[in-house]
Amino acid sequence: MADLLEIRELRKNFGALAVTDGVSLSVAEGELHAVIGPNGAGKTTLIAQLSGQLAPDSGQVLYAGEDITHLDMAARVRRGLARSFQITALLPGMSVLENVALAVQARSGSSFRFWRDAGGEEITNAQARAALEEVGLADRASVQAQALSHGEQRQLELAVALATKPRLLLLDEPLAGTGGQEAERLIALMQRLKSRLTIVLIEHDMDAVFQLADRISVLVYGAIAATGSPEAVRADPAVRAAYLGEDA
Amino acid sequence: MSPLAPRLKAALALFLLMALVPPVVTALGDPFLTVVANRMLVFAIAALSLDLILGYGAMVSFGHAAYLGFGAYAVALGARWGLSDLLAQILLGMAMSAGFALVTGAISLRTKGVYFIMITLAFAQMAYFFFVAQSSLGGDDGVALQARSSLLGVSLEGDMALYYVTLGALMTIYAGLYRLTGSRFGRVLKGTRENALRMQAMGYRPFPYQLVAYVIAACLCSVAGVLLANLTEYVSPAYMGWHRSGELIVMLVFGGIGTLTGAVAGALVAVGLEEVLAIFSDHWRLGFGLVLVLVVLFSPDGLTGLAKRLGIGGRGNG
Ligand SMILES: Nc1ncnc2c1ncn2[C@@H]1O[C@H](COP(=O)(O)OP(=O)(O)O)[C@@H](O)[C@H]1O
Ligand SMILES: [Mg+2]
Repeated sequence: MADLLEIRELRKNFGALAVTDGVSLSVAEGELHAVIGPNGAGKTTLIAQLSGQLAPDSGQVLYAGEDITHLDMAARVRRGLARSFQITALLPGMSVLENVALAVQARSGSSFRFWRDAGGEEITNAQARAALEEVGLADRASVQAQALSHGEQRQLELAVALATKPRLLLLDEPLAGTGGQEAERLIALMQRLKSRLTIVLIEHDMDAVFQLADRISVLVYGAIAATGSPEAVRADPAVRAAYLGEDA
Repeated sequence: MSPLAPRLKAALALFLLMALVPPVVTALGDPFLTVVANRMLVFAIAALSLDLILGYGAMVSFGHAAYLGFGAYAVALGARWGLSDLLAQILLGMAMSAGFALVTGAISLRTKGVYFIMITLAFAQMAYFFFVAQSSLGGDDGVALQARSSLLGVSLEGDMALYYVTLGALMTIYAGLYRLTGSRFGRVLKGTRENALRMQAMGYRPFPYQLVAYVIAACLCSVAGVLLANLTEYVSPAYMGWHRSGELIVMLVFGGIGTLTGAVAGALVAVGLEEVLAIFSDHWRLGFGLVLVLVVLFSPDGLTGLAKRLGIGGRGNG
């Protein structure tokens, strides 16, 4: 299968700290690629550069064969590259449905419409509800986002990302802070999404990672220490020493 | 039809109440109060327009009174150029305001937070000093108008006529903003207020939406300026001073930032209070400040928050 995402020699420094230290990585279309690594390894910073939130110091990001290194977030989202945030980033004062409907609105027609009631757009709402249905939040549609539990906010993060109709989904610790049942539900959802789209998954829950991933990359001090199948990574002595040794 | 939102109902009640003012005060033998109430309506328009950017867009402009000034000077300039029709003067005021807002907004929106406050203030002060320097327009002192404008051939010399035209303008602008804040555009504006990064991650570029909102607010505020000049039959740079911009923000704090009805109520109450306190004391600003402190302490969401606690208001548009 062709590569949907190709990262070439990406570098990013914060002062003297090399947070992304020459990362090269390919993700094939349809693959679920997990990126694991200890806290502070630079995983979130990597996602930020892939999504266009942060500009790398050097290197390239190719998406569907196109160099997107210098595109902003909005341009990347329109090409089908969506992300979720490790630290929940929602529209707290707006309803759950509005949070998702805004993501639908962004890709369906102009937002320079000043008169018609947006809340009454049936097609937009139907698509938003479908995304909520998918993550299991449909019954919370009219609640304000800030009134959701932490786990529910994680679900909403996913619903918003899905509502942009992505081809490549970047998920930054989607399970962080979710309880047993919520986590199971999200894992089942990712299992279903796997067959539909390409996913880069950052996750600390090793059971989930080894259950879901087609391939795993291990990031240590901003550099890729190993990439391979779950079995290969699990057996890699360098990985065990650097990372898995702590809790595997 | 869905039932009217509570805040919309409250606004309609306020408008109805204000519509009754001229006949009532005339019957009570105090027709001058029509002018006072007219002033309240004018500032309700200005506060509404500021609420669009400050309340819905989280763009805290400390220079919004500049557009009151542009509207007022459009009347003075219009009179000079033979434009005596109110609509023509409004168009002129809007054109001047749109031009100024487009340029200064595009620059100001590159900044955030306190810097945005300071830079909007700085631009408004530039406009202020520009008009201070126009000796042909009376400079610092300003200029008295020969006559009030007319509307489609009907003179607005009578206080009643001007009053109802102002009320009509206020209701029209309220209705327009009611639609706008519930529209796609309004949603994007509110979403950006809530979390700009999230909006970008959905595929939006907030800047053009914010800039358009900034220009719309400026144009609407200039309508208040045109009406203010007609009301006082006087135009001066004082209309666009920084303390006037501050007063507009205070009106929103009074009413509750981010609701249209709150902006209207806040302006009505703040201007009314100013007039009442001025009767009792030259130091009315002191009393005004005290009331403001009490509002902020006991009802951080202003009159809107108070109404909500009393069981009216609540969620929804308006
Ligand atoms: N904006 C920033 N400025 C300076 N240092 C940062 C910034 N963002 C992250 N860092 C640092 O970069 C390192 C990697 O952070 P991050 O990408 O969040 O790691 P991870 O997601 O793998 O836990 C950490 O040491 C963090 O303190
Ligand atoms: Mg992280």
